[in-house]
Order: sequence, then structure tokens, then C-alpha cells
Amino acid sequence: MAIKQISVFLENKPGRLDAMTDVLTEANIDIRALSLAETKDFGIVRMIVDDVYETATILKDNDYIASMTPVVAVRIPDIVGGLNKVLKCLTQAGINIEYMYASLAGKKSDHAYMIFRVEEVQKAEIALRAGGFLLANQDDISDM
Amino acid sequence: MERYYQEELECASRETMVALQNEKLVKQVKHVWDNVPYYRKLMEEKGVTPDDIQSIDDLYKLPMISKYDLREAYPYGLLGCDLKKCVRIQSTSGTTGKRVVAFYTQDDVDLWEECCARAITAAGGTNEDVCQVSYGYGLFTGGPGLNGGSHKVGCLTIPTSSGNTDRQIMFIQDLQATILCCTPSYAAYLGERMKEMGLSPDEIPLKAGIFGAEAWSEEMRRDIENTLGIKAFDIYGLTELSGPGVSFECSEQSGMHINEDHFLPEIIDPDTLEVLPEGSEGELVFTSLDKEAFPLLRYRTRDICVLSREKCSCGRTLIKMKKPKGRSDDMLIIRGVNVFPSQIETVLLNYGYAANYQIIVDRKNNTDTLDVQVEMTPEMFTDNLGEIEKRQKDLIDGLKSMLGLKAKVTLVAPKTITRSEGKAVRVIDKRKI
Repeated sequence: MAIKQISVFLENKPGRLDAMTDVLTEANIDIRALSLAETKDFGIVRMIVDDVYETATILKDNDYIASMTPVVAVRIPDIVGGLNKVLKCLTQAGINIEYMYASLAGKKSDHAYMIFRVEEVQKAEIALRAGGFLLANQDDISDM
Repeated sequence: MERYYQEELECASRETMVALQNEKLVKQVKHVWDNVPYYRKLMEEKGVTPDDIQSIDDLYKLPMISKYDLREAYPYGLLGCDLKKCVRIQSTSGTTGKRVVAFYTQDDVDLWEECCARAITAAGGTNEDVCQVSYGYGLFTGGPGLNGGSHKVGCLTIPTSSGNTDRQIMFIQDLQATILCCTPSYAAYLGERMKEMGLSPDEIPLKAGIFGAEAWSEEMRRDIENTLGIKAFDIYGLTELSGPGVSFECSEQSGMHINEDHFLPEIIDPDTLEVLPEGSEGELVFTSLDKEAFPLLRYRTRDICVLSREKCSCGRTLIKMKKPKGRSDDMLIIRGVNVFPSQIETVLLNYGYAANYQIIVDRKNNTDTLDVQVEMTPEMFTDNLGEIEKRQKDLIDGLKSMLGLKAKVTLVAPKTITRSEGKAVRVIDKRKI
């Protein structure tokens, strides 16, 4: 079950990320994971949030350009080699990872989530499930 | 069915038109000679007297004047009649140097408004239309000119002037405006706002727009036509000659018919000042034929364009001018290459970007830099950085092949480029030379 990531266009200038998170704070949005990709002039913020639709609406109302992208969130136990096993599974399935970043699973848990952006979401999900990995759905993210 | 405001003049045979022009030119030259010492002196220096001008074939003998003369003669030096007869002044936006002030008698105002009425009629306007004039009113000629033309046609005129965009849209909707007159950049902005408000082209009552006072591209025309669901017509003019309505577009939308019974055009080589044959690209020069307060003989417009007498499907015989590439005043010289903002706009729209852009020219280490800043749009955005960079690179390549020089492209956040309610500020030249 793929979850939705919010991607936002920001200019690469001081204060831009601050201003965007102001908007989210105001709307009581909790960010579960965040990663940035940037060039000299602009960047893309990628986020996993507790309320995807509220976030998309609030950003649009504030003149941000944002889009939703399906990504796979895989539960990874906090042990040596945890991530390595997931990557092996994806490699064997012939899945190319466009980008990935980590998310903590909550305040008292012993595992983390890794967020994967892949071209073939379904194929990745099937392979990971067959490999015995646990995938998070949108409710898991909201309930973290 | 094509409609005309003054069919006998707009569709006159060539013989009739030339006879009229000959007669008017002789009178206008005499009028200037008798009343404008500044120009008379120029004629004397060239050894020309009114007797030397018997027909439009003698036009080339007259001296040319330019904006320089208008500034020199400011404010009354080119006045062609007693101030008592004048009823109005208008003035240029005056972005560079001294303002130019033009004077009008009541007959001059009527002539100007008739020119605008021809434009509105050519855009399909009749006394059943509701015409919203969202050009600025005041010293700028856009508002007063189209306002007068709209009255002459008998449209219900809504003089909103520019600004207060939400109120503009309210009037368009509530009073079912069918014709919109404003600058193309403001039309694009109104379209953008209406789209945001969820209005589809079918829900917008407008059917035609008359847009001028700044250079705009064919691509921008298509964009405006699609968002507003209208036909967009170009209109051209200069305050010096009266204002908008010197030329206007007809249903064919392939160039603007010059009201040559009032404004006699020539194309010259801007360097040698030689008159060029029809079809050549060069600087547009106008001679007013029946103005009283502010007659101008052989006035250099700085606009680069082409004239054509090809038969037009609308039935008008008035000579046509192609859309000027831009005023030579707007032209930028970057690393020795001539660049018109309208060329950059064409490329941006072709590559799917919005018409909200700004061109920043600077000089770093003795080299000119060209930075095209364009707003990111939802359509262009993806979560993939490489994809966006590739599009940016494609745009740079597109600009390179159009302009012949390398530009930098900066993607900026939406709504960060100031929307204009009148003439858009497209170019910021930071070079200190």
C-alpha cells in the first residue's frame, strides 16, 4: 500500500523553508519525514505528513506549488544490516531507487521507516511483501 | 459579416485614398510651416518650402523628427495652433527622460476616437456590446482613447481603468462585458485570476479583447484567447500621434491596418535614413495628415516592422503593418546581440512556461549577463529534480537558438514576479555603463 509524499517547490534562498514550515505549523500539520534536493537556485522539499490532503490544500492556498507522489514506506528494525536486507530485496527484483530517506516510526518504537521513491511502485511492493517486510499505509503514518 | 465603422475610408480604392492623402498632406505641411517655427526652421535648413510638397511622392523631401525633438521642444515648441483651441493634453509614461506632452483640439480628439471606433468595430463591436476599458485613465492614452472609441460605436462603456482586479472580474461577470480593452499583460493576469476562481472560458461572457501599448507575442495571444475564451486583437499607437488606434487588427489577425487617411506611414533604414520599398523591414515613420494641435511630419517611431499592401480578406484596403518586433527603445544589446523581450516571451511560451517573466541584464567582469526569471507552474513541477533541470536546460537551448546567446534561466516561486495593471516591467537592466 503506497503512501503519498508531498513535494514542494522552493527557491533556494534564506528563510524559504522556515516560511513554509510556518504555514504547516499554523495548520497543525505534523511532519513525519523530510528530505531536500536542491540546486543553486531552487530546491524540492519532499515530506511525509500526518494529513496529506490538508497539507496539499493549505500549501496551495498559500501559493506554493506542491504535488503528491506515491512512495513506499518500509519498516526497518533498528539492527545492523536492517536497511541492507531491504535493498537486497529491491535489487533482486530489479527495482531502481530514484531517491530515499528515513523516517522515525514514533516516539517509543524500536524500528524506523525508509521511504523509497521508485518508478514501479507496485512491483516494489510485491517484492518487499514477498521478502517478509512490513510496509506502512497512510493510516500507519497518521497514527505514528 | 465584416463590419466597418467608416467603410468609405477603410475600404476606399487606392486612387481615392492617394488623392485624399495628397490633398491632406499639402494642407498639413502648410499648416506646420505657418504655425510651428521649430519645424519650419528644420525645413528651411533643408531648403524645403511647402511649394515643394505637391503629393505624397514628395514626402521624402521633408526633414524627419524624433523623440529628441519632442523633448527639445517641450512643452509648447511643436504646438500647431492657438492654446485657446486646445481642449486636452495626454502624456507618455515618461520612463526615460522628460515626458512628452501632446495637445488636442476637439477635432483632434474626435479623429482619435474615430480611429479607436474603427478598431472596436473591426473586433466585432456594435452598440449591443458592453465594453470594459481596463487601460489606465489619465495622462496615459489607453483609457481615454478606447473610452472615446467605445462611445462612438455606442457600446455600453465600463470605465474601470486599471487595477483592482477582483472588481474588474466582478464587472465583467455582473454586467456581462463582451469586449475587454487593456494591455496584453493585464489581460493575461485577469485570465490567470479567473482561472484560479474556477471560471472556465465558457463562463466568461467576453468574446473579444483589444490589447496594446506593449509588445506581445503570437503565443501570448493564443494563451489569452484560450483562458478567456475570446478573440484577441492587437492595437497600435503612440501618444505623439494621438494614442491607440493608429493601426488596428481585423478578423484576419495577421497584422494591423494603419488608418492611413490620418497617418501616412513610411519604412526607413534607421542607419542611412533612406526610404525602403514596401515589404522591407525597417523603422516605421509617420506623418500626421490632419492634426491641428500637434501635427507631426515624418516622425520616427523607433518601431521596427514591415508594411504590406497585400489584399486582406476583411475587405479593408488600408495598408497593414506587421506586429512590431518591439520598439527599438525596448531592444537590448547583450554581448553585442540585439535582443527583444518579445523573442524571449515566444520561447518561454513554446516551452510551456507562463508569460510571467522578468529579464535581468547585468554586467559582471565586463561581460553582459542575461538572466531570465520565470515562475514555476504546477504543470511544470515534478518531484524529480533531474526532470526539472532537464526542462531548464531545454529552455536554455531554446533561448540560445532564438537569440544566439546563452542565457541563465532561474525558476522562481509563483506570484513572485509583480503583476502589472498597465505596462509590464519585463526588463531590469542593472548595467552601469
